[in-house]
Amino acid sequence: MSLDTNKTSSERRPDWAALVIAAVLAIVAVVIFVDVSRLTATTGYSPVGPASVPYWIAFGLIGLAIWTVFAAFRRDFPERERQEVSPVLWIVGGLLAQMILIRFAGFSIATGIMFGCAARGFGARRLHISIPVGIIICLAIWWLFAGVLQLSLPAGPLENLLQ
Amino acid sequence: MSTFEFLLQGLVSAAEPMNLFYALIGVTLGTMVGVLPGIGPATTVALLLPVTYQLDATGSLIMFAGIYYGGMYGGSTTSILLNTPGESASIVTALEGNKMARAGRGGPALATAAIGSFVAGLIATLALAFIAPYIVKLALVFGPREYFALMVLAFVTVSSAFGNSTLRGLTSLFIGLALSLVGIDQLTGQNRLSFGVPDLLDGIEVTTMAVAMFAIGETLFIAAQGAQAPDKIEAIKGSVWMTGQDWARSWKAWLRGTVIGFPIGAMPAGGAEIGTFLSYATEKKLSKHPEEFGNGAIEGVAGPEAANNASAAGTLVPLLTLGLPTSATAAIMLAGFQQYGLQPGPLLFATNPQLVWGLIASLLIANLMLLVLNLPLVGLWVKLLTIPKPWLYAGILVFATLGTIGANPSVFELGMLLVFGLVAYVMRVFDYPIAPVIVGLILGPLAEQQLRRALSISQGDVTVLFTSPIAAVLLLLAATALILPLVLRLRGRGDVLNQMAASED
Repeated sequence: MSLDTNKTSSERRPDWAALVIAAVLAIVAVVIFVDVSRLTATTGYSPVGPASVPYWIAFGLIGLAIWTVFAAFRRDFPERERQEVSPVLWIVGGLLAQMILIRFAGFSIATGIMFGCAARGFGARRLHISIPVGIIICLAIWWLFAGVLQLSLPAGPLENLLQ
Repeated sequence: MSTFEFLLQGLVSAAEPMNLFYALIGVTLGTMVGVLPGIGPATTVALLLPVTYQLDATGSLIMFAGIYYGGMYGGSTTSILLNTPGESASIVTALEGNKMARAGRGGPALATAAIGSFVAGLIATLALAFIAPYIVKLALVFGPREYFALMVLAFVTVSSAFGNSTLRGLTSLFIGLALSLVGIDQLTGQNRLSFGVPDLLDGIEVTTMAVAMFAIGETLFIAAQGAQAPDKIEAIKGSVWMTGQDWARSWKAWLRGTVIGFPIGAMPAGGAEIGTFLSYATEKKLSKHPEEFGNGAIEGVAGPEAANNASAAGTLVPLLTLGLPTSATAAIMLAGFQQYGLQPGPLLFATNPQLVWGLIASLLIANLMLLVLNLPLVGLWVKLLTIPKPWLYAGILVFATLGTIGANPSVFELGMLLVFGLVAYVMRVFDYPIAPVIVGLILGPLAEQQLRRALSISQGDVTVLFTSPIAAVLLLLAATALILPLVLRLRGRGDVLNQMAASED
């Protein structure tokens, strides 16, 4: 984090990940510019219309992108710790499965599968245990929240058995 | 009616059996979720907000107050017994509290935290009740430009005054501001950045965003650290009761913590952690046993915990009187109000006094309920911490998605949850703060409205923003809060600010 180490280090390679962040910020700014440009014509005589503030925010983002580029070349970003990829993939996969299944499989099955995958990401390897456990927990949650607190959680085959 | 009568009326309404029941559920759920490692009050409130959707406004706000205070109590339990502070404001509690727990004095540490939180919460909530009417009067002279200046100040303090880097704080803020543009423009009805997707016309849901950013991002981040040595939970040995000496050493610390914490929370300075650090430093200086600091000094738990709770009640002052959230938790609470079409601010005190005073009264009741519940039930909360990690985090994800599904059971909303969860994960890896995103998202549209109003009145003349004395002073403060940390860091004095880094609330 400290500036001194950067100045003394002979290493002059830019921080590529930080450059990617700068690019993303710039892209977001461009998206705002493009989307809002169609509004300007309709602003009429009012000096500040719906497009003004988005423009300023987009300019701000451009400025921050430039600042980030400088920080990247000065290697001003903190050291990143090593990230394990596979647990992240398990959790993301579980959330994706839940998203796809929730419509027709209902809350308990979809969320139970997500529960199993997430537990797998944290090191519980036996999916044949964790998924059923997850489904049972979710069924209990469904009963509590949809039944008692009247939250609208999508019902599927299992929930229909309970009703 | 006078403040006192309003408060009394609020207490009567909050003491109805059904409302007490809601408060009880809120307090229990809040503590239960707040105790989970890595989950602070902001996340707790965001996770549990949807649970309150089906109740009427009064009932849900009462449950909400319970969740809020419960979440804070839960956080301090975790930091004492597990040494993994769920929120930045509990870091100091973990310093001394965990040492005490290791020395077999976990019981008194929890007790002084609980009673200190109660005392501070009580005094601070009463202070809130008595100060609020005056600030409401002051707020009535505020025009759009003063409001805009106030919001700019809040933006700066939340994003860049404290923390590791002005660049990353501002970037987070601008990400939030950019996301806040999505949806229909409130003044002209034109849609911006919705790309023809009907789900985006209403804008990005603050609760979805908060859950994605805090709960899902944090879970992904912890998972990505891989298998680590399990955290050791300190068993509570011996009595949970405090000895006479503990009481003698604690009570002054509670009061000092309250006095330090409340004003800091009430100013648009963002976050409770500053108060906890100041309180810790004060206690260390004034203590007759300075050698105990670092090895489990009870004042080091009592003072900061009181400061933490007092400043949490303090953040309600700008939230309720000005509609200005100065922390992530307050931003989510504002979202909760908006759920019922209520806009906190001076007008709410005039149009809906029962509701405001009912909320303040239920904060008092929730506070009392926590004291009664927390000490006897602490064993139960500790058991929650012994759940194996895979089940614990999988359960957190179940709760995280439950809220979103309950609020809006659409595939699109779940997709947003996942996408922003991944964004938050990447931000965490690169050490970007999360709270400014949430504050930018909710405060962005409000600031834009005030700015555009001010500029339409002046017919586009920007200088009008600086010509009102109040607005000019506020903007000057904001500029100082932006530039001073940059100068300090350039001179290599950044360490002090790093220590005050606000990571969550």
